[in-house]
Amino acid sequence: MRRLINPLRIGVAWLWISLIVLLPIAAITTKAFDHGWSGFWDALTAKNAVSTLVITVWVSLLVTVINVVMGTIIAWVLVRDDFPGKGVVNALIDLPFALPTIVASIVLLSLYGPDSPVGLTLNATQPAIVIALAFVTLPFVVRQVQPVLIELDREVEEAAASLGAPNRVIVAKIIIPTLLPAILSGAGLAFTRAIGEFGSVVLVGGNIPGETQVASQYIQQQLEVDNQVAASAVSVALLAIAFVLLGVMRFVGSRSAKREENE
Amino acid sequence: MNLSKKTVLSLRSVALLYLLVLLVLPIGVILYRSFERGFGEFWAWITTPAAISALQLSLLIVAIVVPLNVIFGVLVALALARGKFRGKAALQAAVDLPFAVSPVVVGVALIMLWGVGGWFGGIESLGFRIIFGLPGMVLATTFVTLPFVVREVEPVLHEIGQDQEQAAATLGASAWQTFWRITLPAIRWGLTYGVVLTIARALGEYGAVLMVSSNFPGISQTLTLLVSSRNHDDYNTFGAYAAATLLMLLALVALVVMSLLEATRRRNRDDD
Repeated sequence: MRRLINPLRIGVAWLWISLIVLLPIAAITTKAFDHGWSGFWDALTAKNAVSTLVITVWVSLLVTVINVVMGTIIAWVLVRDDFPGKGVVNALIDLPFALPTIVASIVLLSLYGPDSPVGLTLNATQPAIVIALAFVTLPFVVRQVQPVLIELDREVEEAAASLGAPNRVIVAKIIIPTLLPAILSGAGLAFTRAIGEFGSVVLVGGNIPGETQVASQYIQQQLEVDNQVAASAVSVALLAIAFVLLGVMRFVGSRSAKREENE
Repeated sequence: MNLSKKTVLSLRSVALLYLLVLLVLPIGVILYRSFERGFGEFWAWITTPAAISALQLSLLIVAIVVPLNVIFGVLVALALARGKFRGKAALQAAVDLPFAVSPVVVGVALIMLWGVGGWFGGIESLGFRIIFGLPGMVLATTFVTLPFVVREVEPVLHEIGQDQEQAAATLGASAWQTFWRITLPAIRWGLTYGVVLTIARALGEYGAVLMVSSNFPGISQTLTLLVSSRNHDDYNTFGAYAAATLLMLLALVALVVMSLLEATRRRNRDDD
């Protein structure tokens, strides 16, 4: 197979990734610094830019916490509990990944919009954004925790129980520590997805600057008024948050993998 | 750990209630709204000239993006699984990049590269329209779908190892023969799975395509753009619901195909 992987083909692989992914990212980063560091900083510290970033991060953190709690419970129920229709519920979890984001948005609008059948009009409020983000990020924590729970050695739990440990201790000392890496990586993925989300928020979010405008909507708005530097600067800020988070996750992941090997 | 019946039941209720309110209820409402005036009305709204042209454009983009991702995705996967070269870790990280980039940022980045005044803006002044044309939408969709084929094929390549490939090479097979007769049959299920993911995402992409499309009904609107413009610009809620339901049905087909493929793959793995 050596011959299929000669330097020319590695060059083609690099060229492909560069042309599609790396060059656009390089171009937007350069654009953000078109007016130097001070131009970048001014664009980031403009009143609406700050408020949109604060709202985006705050709402995403809230959604991440919801995902950590509900995602872990759902994974637990799917692995340890048994009830008719469990297979359907399990398949349902992937639906947000398969569903186009704009469909998610209109689906939520039909339920929480102006003519809500349940009398709950939430569109153009922060709770509506939280619901939209919770919808699209649902699978992350569940799908990270589920396989770990399946692999989890129940004998350890049974041993602890037979030695008289109450459930509270078993959960705190055995289950949570084992699940923690999976929960954290699911949380990291959900947060990264949430800060960049656009489609699902568009129709229910309201796009009100300083209240419900998320970062991606601000970027779109800045580009529409032809403020390319501002659009690029906030984009670079979003990219930086995502890269740092994923970098940390990769680092922690490889360290805990190494520790396991050593044990 | 033996939980009391009460704890088990309350955890189950919490999980199911959350899924009911978050997923099932909204989808139920939109399905009801789409069909409350009968199937005929639904059909009429998904067969208007604008809707048909949107479906055709979405499918055209899929038809361009899928072969690109298959050819280059397999090539990148081969390089990552079989090659030994400097900068491999960087290539690995670059492949995952699209997962971490907001769709809107993808669109803006493409405009900064290919648009007027961008690095490659010269092509535009030659009269070849990229941004606000079909090539822009193809580039945006390729960006967001790039990891799928690579990420599904690479682990399979690791799993099958190189023994058979090396045996074929020793027996005098050319690199192409080895690829077509040994490698490709071995990766076919992983590749198919990657293609299904690519199709689903390509049909559903909204933010990135929105930024680089001129968004004219009947000309440069994909299905997702049609949903939002009917709802936002035309205040045609019913038409938007109908188009969204069409997209939802396509997503459902993708979901079913995915679980069937997953079952096939697991069976094949168990047989080995």
